[in-house]
Amino acid sequence: MRSYAAQRAGLAIVQLAVLSVLVFVLTSLLPGDAADLRFTETLTPSQVAALRAELGLDQPPVERFVHWLGNVLTGDLGTSLISGGPVVDIVRHSIGATLVLTLATLAIVVPLAVALGIVMGTRENGRVDRAITSITLALSAIPDFVIAVVLVAVFSLKLGWLPATWIGGNLLSSPALLILPIAVLFGRTVCLLSRQVRAGTVAALNAEYVTQARRLGIPRRQLLLRHVLPNAAVPGVQELARTGDTLLGGVLVVEAIFAIPGFATALVDGVETRDIPTVQGLTLVLAVAALLINLGADLVCNRLVPRTALLR
Amino acid sequence: MWRVSEALGRRGFLGMAGVAGLAAITGCGADGGAAAQPRQGGRLRAVYAGGGAKEVLDPHVQSLFVDIARHKAIYEKLVELGPDLKPVPRLASKWEHDGTATTWRFSLRDATFHDGAKLVAEDVLYSIARIVDPAVPERVAQSSLATLDLKRSKAIGPSTVELVLNQPNAEFPALLAGIGTQIVRNGFKDPTKPVGTGAFRYVSFEAGRSMVASRYDGYWDEPARIEELHILSADSEARANAVQGGQAEYANDMTATFARTAEAGKTVRIVAAKASTMQAFVMKVDRPPFDNPDVRLAFKLVADRQRLVDVVLAGRGEVGNDLFGKGYQYYPADLPARERDVDQAKSLLKKAGLAGKEVEIFTADASAGFVEAATLFAEQVAEAGVRLKVTTGSPQTYAKDLLTKGAIGNHRSGAMPIPQYVTDRLLSHSPFNVTHWRRPAFDTAFAAARAVTSEEERSAKYGVLQRTVRDEGGILAWGLPDYLIAVSSKVQGVQAVPPNTLDQGRFDKVWLA
Repeated sequence: MRSYAAQRAGLAIVQLAVLSVLVFVLTSLLPGDAADLRFTETLTPSQVAALRAELGLDQPPVERFVHWLGNVLTGDLGTSLISGGPVVDIVRHSIGATLVLTLATLAIVVPLAVALGIVMGTRENGRVDRAITSITLALSAIPDFVIAVVLVAVFSLKLGWLPATWIGGNLLSSPALLILPIAVLFGRTVCLLSRQVRAGTVAALNAEYVTQARRLGIPRRQLLLRHVLPNAAVPGVQELARTGDTLLGGVLVVEAIFAIPGFATALVDGVETRDIPTVQGLTLVLAVAALLINLGADLVCNRLVPRTALLR
Repeated sequence: MWRVSEALGRRGFLGMAGVAGLAAITGCGADGGAAAQPRQGGRLRAVYAGGGAKEVLDPHVQSLFVDIARHKAIYEKLVELGPDLKPVPRLASKWEHDGTATTWRFSLRDATFHDGAKLVAEDVLYSIARIVDPAVPERVAQSSLATLDLKRSKAIGPSTVELVLNQPNAEFPALLAGIGTQIVRNGFKDPTKPVGTGAFRYVSFEAGRSMVASRYDGYWDEPARIEELHILSADSEARANAVQGGQAEYANDMTATFARTAEAGKTVRIVAAKASTMQAFVMKVDRPPFDNPDVRLAFKLVADRQRLVDVVLAGRGEVGNDLFGKGYQYYPADLPARERDVDQAKSLLKKAGLAGKEVEIFTADASAGFVEAATLFAEQVAEAGVRLKVTTGSPQTYAKDLLTKGAIGNHRSGAMPIPQYVTDRLLSHSPFNVTHWRRPAFDTAFAAARAVTSEEERSAKYGVLQRTVRDEGGILAWGLPDYLIAVSSKVQGVQAVPPNTLDQGRFDKVWLA
């Protein structure tokens, strides 16, 4: 187990290094740099040129990357080309809303998806299974922004029950702000996750050890909780790690629609303004989070069913 | 996912330029004028297109509408622009020049900064020195104030300041009304602690989200009616939802589609500044096929302007007449409208050897309606026997790319005085000369006109130059979009005036019924 964790951590560091090079190269390939984009007919070309020198954008890309990397290794994410403030501040200001939104969504989705998955798996192809499958699949098939527009139109504009946007709002004083964004993110994640738990349950129920356990007369409740669930949970936990990607995509849409000043908004802003240090910093934080989640998921699976170490 | 990029991509950039434009001033009175007595108190939340980390508190580096609105609440300029873009007194109560428009004297108003200090001439000199400081290139008014000779400028007593130019310019007061020309306190160093003379005192700011300000009771012009002002950031969809859902009372720069929906309901009212911006196609006069004046004229004749306005602007605007600044000071009022004439266009194009040929139009989703306009125009040009092939570029860099790329493209301009438009776009060395209109004789004539101190005579000279641009230049101004603001039905006192003018976003004049 310990050597497995060490191997996984080593791999994670290599992945981070590759990722930061990729992000740097890709953002450099976008048309225009941060100085060009300030050319909005308020700054003249000569002012833009002066600005480019001031921002250090006239330095060769390799030099800029090495400089950035050196800073990161000492724990400094650099300075935003746009705000002029530290990138760490942008991370700090934007991460809260996204974290709250993501965790709250997971807190609702995970128990529900596990319960639904087990209900469906234990009634494979039965009427309940089909009904839940149809509903969750239908929900996940509707694009996030369509759900969002409909929910806002009904619950905010028509009925006036819930706030339509986060504009001027504050989570502490009005937690109701979370309801509509979570409702939008809910559909797809609950579907993906419950499908995996269902599949795991079906596979586990059909496994020989379960047949054997049944023959031994182990009560159904104990059988399900002690023997089926740990095995059934493996694809679910792995899927949960992947749900991060789905959620990020969803959060991007949700943040834009509800005007949530979160991580995704900051990232899109960074790309749009070619603020490379900010994009680098935010991606790095995201990547570390994704790697940690995947690492955690693998370790949990390894613990649940130790053979995954060998099968990896 | 298209929705996100669209929403974020259309963030209103720009002040003078990105978005605002021509104004038909006639008929732009106060809205809801019949309303009852102004009421004191309350909180007003106004939402503008946001700029994320780009949003700033420093008034001298402003470029986004949201920044301009925030700074306007806290700071003031010496001069502002009236509804016809003519300079009107603000912190300067009056001004005069030496007879040659080279040395100018501005008398300061009896105004008090939020920290209790009286406005004096040194504040003005310090502010201007800060703006033109070459060490900080993003101070936007740097280039427009480049002809100011700071060394020879001085205070004449505490409330009179003398500003000296390197060359005569009768338009100097208008330059002091431009973007990024706010007056700050002498010695002002930290933009995060704003101190101005405006109607509101700074309370808090978070880039990409909000600025909060409270009424300043010592304001020299009647203190505001509302108690607290929030200026918030959000893209177009969120602004629409916020003003309809009661989370905001004022939403800036709304779409024609939203206006139609909103007008069907009762909660929101639309305040439309008629024909306040300009949409145009721009042809480079030094590049084939548009180096041939016949081709430029043919394209102007083939444009079905009414249809472009109906389709691209959803009918919310007027047709353009190939000239910037309708309704503004110096606009030649007696110009006949350009009528569509496909037959004449056809014969001009044939004469130019362009019949059956293909021309490329370079566009991008950089501003609402650009790609749609280019696509629709291609259909219209086809009627005259020329194929217009639409190619699209990167939205974020389009403004810069268009200066060098393509022979014809899209152009949008905000409200600004006509001489400034000419200075920025139509002189040989203009930084934004997108039509490559470079005629030394035109430059000389414009410089001479600008030095004329009689307004009537100057106006006549400008008129001649504008006619030349309209008939021979590369600007095909097809539409003058309305500038739309949505307000909650309880908001009163909002003026329907072009952006970048004094009475736009005057939150000290509004009240909540």
